[in-house]
Amino acid sequence: MRTFADYLRDAAKYGSLGKAALHWQAKQDASEEAVHVMRMKDRLQVMRDSAQAGLSPNLRSVSGMVGGQASLMNGEEQLGRFGLLGKAGAYALSIAEYNACMGKIVAAPTAGSCGILPGALLAAQEQDGFSDEELIMALFNAAGVGRIIALQATISGAEGGCQAECGAAAAMAASALVELYGGTPEMSAHACAFALMNMLGLVCDPVQGLVEVPCVYRNVGGVSQALSAAQMALSGIQSPIPADEVILAMKKVGDAMPASLRETGEGGCAACRSVCRG
Amino acid sequence: MDLFDILGPVMVGPSSSHTAGAARIGLMTRLLLGGEPAQVRIGLYGSFQKTYKGHGTDKALIGGLLGMAVDDEKLRDSLRIAADKGLNYSFYNAEARGAHPNTVIMDVDSVEGRHICVQAASVGGGEIIVQSINGLEAGFTGHENTLVVTQKDAKGMIAQISSVLSANALNIATMKVFRRSAGGEAMVIIELDGDAEPSLLECLEKMPGIYHVAYVAGKKEGR
Repeated sequence: MRTFADYLRDAAKYGSLGKAALHWQAKQDASEEAVHVMRMKDRLQVMRDSAQAGLSPNLRSVSGMVGGQASLMNGEEQLGRFGLLGKAGAYALSIAEYNACMGKIVAAPTAGSCGILPGALLAAQEQDGFSDEELIMALFNAAGVGRIIALQATISGAEGGCQAECGAAAAMAASALVELYGGTPEMSAHACAFALMNMLGLVCDPVQGLVEVPCVYRNVGGVSQALSAAQMALSGIQSPIPADEVILAMKKVGDAMPASLRETGEGGCAACRSVCRG
Repeated sequence: MDLFDILGPVMVGPSSSHTAGAARIGLMTRLLLGGEPAQVRIGLYGSFQKTYKGHGTDKALIGGLLGMAVDDEKLRDSLRIAADKGLNYSFYNAEARGAHPNTVIMDVDSVEGRHICVQAASVGGGEIIVQSINGLEAGFTGHENTLVVTQKDAKGMIAQISSVLSANALNIATMKVFRRSAGGEAMVIIELDGDAEPSLLECLEKMPGIYHVAYVAGKKEGR
């Protein structure tokens, strides 16, 4: 299971992308699927706890640049106005800020992009009443997508920029949302392609080298990309470029990025005068 | 790479390399020391040196040294806990000469008076490499069950150690041997396929010519 094409073949065999991923993991470890379902259940609980803990208005990161802002976004007026997108954004920011404040999170696929996937899934659960079991299978779906991106390209900001971290997270979330809302595995592939395509070229430019600015806000941006990509795919819109090709394009764009835009804290936002150190 | 490497690790933020990796280095150093730490001098290189405060690298290193795992929420308060426990610590800027940017060197004394110097690097995603112990080359990751034996460099020592392992039905996956000088202190690093019982470690420790035995259980989750 090294490409999305392989993943779709396995999904046809086992019934869904989530089931194909779970089957692969169990086979890999020569163990029961139930063991891995329990492990993923624990991960889901950590995600949920971090989403709630990050909503505290009193949180501050070590540098003081971020923390406590998710509680503002989670207010009734904004949630009423922005709906599912609003709730997903609030949770994405909450988890990302909690990470910046030395909270306990699940890297998904990295610590810097940890808010996107749980933000999308937890908000969808709250709005539409999905069970934890359904969310767990969506997490397996997402993990399978993330693994393919890591194998074919990279999920490291230092290697591929933010498109590799928040881009991968958005692609994972988009694919997972499609499965959650009853879309086909092919629709998940299109959602993955759309999310990654729309985040292509995004640089990794942490101010002062810290996982704070712009990282926590990029989690909010990433979850909105995931939702829109899932909406397009679930509407039957097909990506003209297959997911596997977009993943390879992401790798090539990352290879072409100068080092100053790959997690060195030298370019992009990190070089802006008002936040530059010294 | 499995699916729980993608959705994981479960860790205290903000950075897998600067926080989770640092906590693992601290914990690894504690295991290699084999006792409660009383004081530590910590040298930071490269990126660790420049951004350690904002990433909580200092808290993670000290927390790990106090026995906390990467997902222990007490990591946040580890400096205060260290003060309560009477662990003296200090940080300094180490010189980088071709070192990996996220390298740390820890000089630790245990309450029993044992001293150890560990140099390690956090190489991304929470993964680490122990580069040297007391100046002797090491080069292991802690992924596997790892036995680190310090002994006198003498004929038959390695054979004796491996015979104890085979008597306990343990297979040696990899083995590396280093020595300071002929007939001086030597170190053997053995990665094992099975789990070493405390009784085996005691048995090794009692053997003539063996100075110290440390054991690090592999980090593989759920095994």
